[in-house]
Formats: sequence, C-alpha cells, structure tokens
Amino acid sequence: MTVALSWRPLRVGGAVPVAGGFLGLMLVVVALPGLFAGDPLAADPFHVLEAPNAAHWFGTDQLGRDVFDRVVHGARHSLTIAVAATLLAVLSGVLLGMLAGLSHRYADEALARSFDALSAFPLILLALLFIAIAGPGTVSLVVAIGLATLPHYARVVRAQTFVVRQAGYVTQAVAFGHSRTRLVFRHVLPNVLGPVPVLAIMGLGEAILFAAGLSFLGMGTQPPSPEWGAMLSEGRNYLSVAPWVSVIPGVIVTLTVIALTVVGRHLQRRVEGRLP
Amino acid sequence: MIVLRRLGAGLVVLWVAATAAYLALLAAPGSTVDSIIGDGADTPLIRSQIIQEWNLDRPAVVQYLDYLWRFGHGDLGRSYLLQRPVRDVIGDQIFPTVKLALAAAGLGIVLAVLLALTTRRPWSRRVSSTAELVLVSTPPFLIGLVLLSVFSFQFGLFPVSGDRGLAALVLPAITLALPVAGVLTQVLRDGIDRALEEPFVVTARARGLRERAVLARHALRHALLPAVSLLGWLCGTLLGGVVIIETVFGRPGLGQVTLQAVGSEDMPVVLAVVVFSAAAYVLLNTAADLALLVVDPRLRASTS
Repeated sequence: MTVALSWRPLRVGGAVPVAGGFLGLMLVVVALPGLFAGDPLAADPFHVLEAPNAAHWFGTDQLGRDVFDRVVHGARHSLTIAVAATLLAVLSGVLLGMLAGLSHRYADEALARSFDALSAFPLILLALLFIAIAGPGTVSLVVAIGLATLPHYARVVRAQTFVVRQAGYVTQAVAFGHSRTRLVFRHVLPNVLGPVPVLAIMGLGEAILFAAGLSFLGMGTQPPSPEWGAMLSEGRNYLSVAPWVSVIPGVIVTLTVIALTVVGRHLQRRVEGRLP
Repeated sequence: MIVLRRLGAGLVVLWVAATAAYLALLAAPGSTVDSIIGDGADTPLIRSQIIQEWNLDRPAVVQYLDYLWRFGHGDLGRSYLLQRPVRDVIGDQIFPTVKLALAAAGLGIVLAVLLALTTRRPWSRRVSSTAELVLVSTPPFLIGLVLLSVFSFQFGLFPVSGDRGLAALVLPAITLALPVAGVLTQVLRDGIDRALEEPFVVTARARGLRERAVLARHALRHALLPAVSLLGWLCGTLLGGVVIIETVFGRPGLGQVTLQAVGSEDMPVVLAVVVFSAAAYVLLNTAADLALLVVDPRLRASTS
C-alpha cells in the first residue's frame, strides 16, 4: 500500500479550517495580548456602559473599562486555567488508569470503583466541595476542575491498558526479561495514550465551560481579573441596561468551545478512520 | 443474581462517595471542629456539641463508622451556621429545585425526541446538528442571561427573578433543558441511524409500514435504549445545572443553599448536598440499568 493511498483525505467540512483558524488566533492572543488590546483595568469614568462603537468595539463596562481589551486579556486567564486543569486531569488520569489496568484484581477493582464514585458527583458540586475546603481562587479552580474531570481519562486509559497488556509486544517484552519500569514506560505507556489527545482537546472545552461557570458563581478567579466567567458575573448586574458587558464574553466562551469541539470531533473521526 | 450484583455495585459506589466526602472534611486545613463550624458562632458550648455529634473525642474508626451509620439513616448532621438540622435545610429548599429539574427534564426529552424524529432530511439534519453543537458548547448561564435580557427586560413577558407561579418557571426550565436536549438529540439520532440498518426495519418496511411509522414505532424504541442509560448523567447534569441557573434567575433552591454553604464554609451542608446528589445519581443509574434488563432481553442473555 502506498502512502498516498493510506492517507485517505477525509471529507473536511468547511467548519474545520474555520475552527482551527479561530483556535490559532486564540493562541496568538494568549501569547501576546498586548499586541491587540490596551490595559484591561484602565477605568474611564466619563465613558461608562457605552454601547459598542468605533472607539470601543465591544462597548465599555460599569467602570468604563473597554470590554474588548478585557476579553482579549481574559483569554490568557481563562485558557491558562483550562489548559492547566486539563493537563492535571490528563497526567493524573493516565497514571491512575494505567496503574489500575496493570494492577492485580483487587487493587484494580478498588481504583475502578473510586473512578466510578468520583464521577457519581455532578462535576460542579465536586468542584464546589473542593473550593469549600481550599477557599476560592484561581489555584483551587484549576485543582478542582482537574480532580473533577480526572475519572474521564482514567477510565479510558484503564480500558486501553487491558488491551495493551495482552498484546504480543508486551508479552514478548516480558519474555525478554525487561525491567518493570522499562516495560511500563517503553511499551505500555506509549500505546495506551492513543485516544488521550483527542479526549483532551474535547475536555479542554469542558474545562473552559467549568472554569467560566465557577468564576461566574464567584468561586473561581476573583474580579477585577478579566477572566471570562468573572466578567459575565460582574456584568450581570447591568444586564437590563448594557447586555453587551456580560453577553460578549459569554459568546467568546461559546465560540472557543465550539471550535474545540469541531476540531476534536474531526480528529476523532480521523483516528477512528485509521483503525481497521 | 445479576440484579443483586447491580444493586451491590451501586451500594459500593455510594459507600466510596460518602467516604470520599468524609476524607475531604478531614483533609481540610485546620481542626475538624473549625471546618464544621465554618463562619458560624464559635463558643465553647458549640465546640463541645460538635465534638459530641461527630464523636471527635473517640478513635478515628468509631468516628468514621458512626458517620456512615448516621448517613445511612438519613441523619445528615447539623448546620452550626444556621443552627438547624441539615435535613431540614435541604428539605425546605428541595421542592423548587425538583420542580425546576423535572420541568427541564421533561422539556428536554420531548424536544430531543421531536428533533431526532423530524430532522431526518439532510439539510434539516445539518441545521439541527449545528444547533445541537452550539447548545452543548454554550455555558448555561449565557443562555439564561440572553433569555433574561430578551424576554424579561426587553419584552417584560416573564418575571426577572423569584419563584412565584408558573411564569417564573418558564425561562429557567428552558435554560436548563436546552443543553440536555442538545446531548439527547445527538444520542437519539445516532440510535435511530443504527436501528434503521437492523433487519427488523426491513421487515417492517416490507410489511408496507410507512416510513413515519417505522421511525416512531420501531427505530425510536430501539434508540431509546442507549438514551435510558443516560438517566444518571441527566440527573447529574440537572443537579449541577441548577446551581448556576438558580443564581442567574434568583430562584430559591438547593443550588442557592449549596453556594451559601460553600461561601460560608458550612461543611455539614456542603457534604450533605454532595453525598445526596451522588446518591441520586447512583439510584437513577442503578434503576436505569435494571430497567434496561427488563426492557432488553438481549442484555440478560449476554451477561448471565
């Protein structure tokens, strides 16, 4: 089979490049917010709650701060939180899932039931429980979301480990007398990771929604930080006179999550299409 | 036998969940008495009450077993901030939440079934799929805020906040139902697609049944099976969702109780809500599992 044949160009809907482009733009914005927008904390008492216009593309909020500047700088806050939480969930999920998959029956059963129990809590309540103990703030937010979404990855990796440990290359590596560490990290780990990147991309969207939700409730990033959820929460009180203050950050959250889902689903189809 | 095993698995999950919540209480920084008091009045009398109620002067094993025993009997402890039993605090506030959750669940399910059945043609399907994607990706509070600003502030059709009368239920229920409908429609549509490839559909068509009848009577039934197993997920989504929706719409309920408890570090209430929602999830999940066994004979054959 030639390379050209094996790379079957799957039908790329018009949405995928757009979504990819949007995410690319977001990355640039996160890296260099100063390039696009001014000071997100600069108040201007003479231009309070102005509707979107040429000078203030997204309008101004109750302190006269430019909503566009805040949304752009907010990308860094919101996305960093989501990425950190997802990384935490993926790393610990992969380790715990692999540990369960490689353990003896009882240890595996205990771990698997813990994942079940952890996912029996509604994610928001689990995160709130953590925040009740650790106090609100950005770090608690990251750890809370990471903990709450961990079972998702752990379960998949556990199932994948069951498949991999039966595979010929693992049993042969055992026969060669390789050390346990080498076995786990050279042979098992790379092969259980297969579905994880796609899951993580979709999970990132979920993490963004959670972070925004918890900040909206006042349990995450605190004002005046321009985090998207915190902006929504602040702008809520002016909903009747200035809906743009809260609706625009919300729309940006939505667009980001949609873009992540579109790209994630596309990658998922490609990965599945590659399997026999 | 298999019924017992499912019930047992549900109990184990519940036990682990209750234990996890207990460990969370112990892991809180500072002394356990401090975390239970929260922001409540801190007097020697209250301290001794807490030590007695939670058996903090006895060995750890006794504390833990007693906690499990009390939870098993529905005694959720006492809120020292509100000076009331947690069971009463939750009991007072659970009705508005259940009302909202049931309304949203009903609306979401009806909407999902209608959408999955009616959007079979390629273009309507594409429109519906896009709408589902948007609904699933939108933070629920944004849906709520947009509905509020349009229907309450602009047109004045519905009250802005509170829980008086049916009108106050409309917007929150829609807000909570839309993301649910988004997910359920996707699941139902996939199920219908798969069912339409089954031999019994060919038989039904060969009997001369019209396509609409094939869809509603045969394919939909088949597609409902995977949807039933989402019951636990649905419960979790609704219970998590009300926390946010109740804040947006200024409604009383379990979500408000939880947020207040988290804000004032009223741990007995937080623990009770968390364990209560896990119990609801496990109960519904187990019920769904058992219902599937009753409805789908193939499962009985393959697992026993």
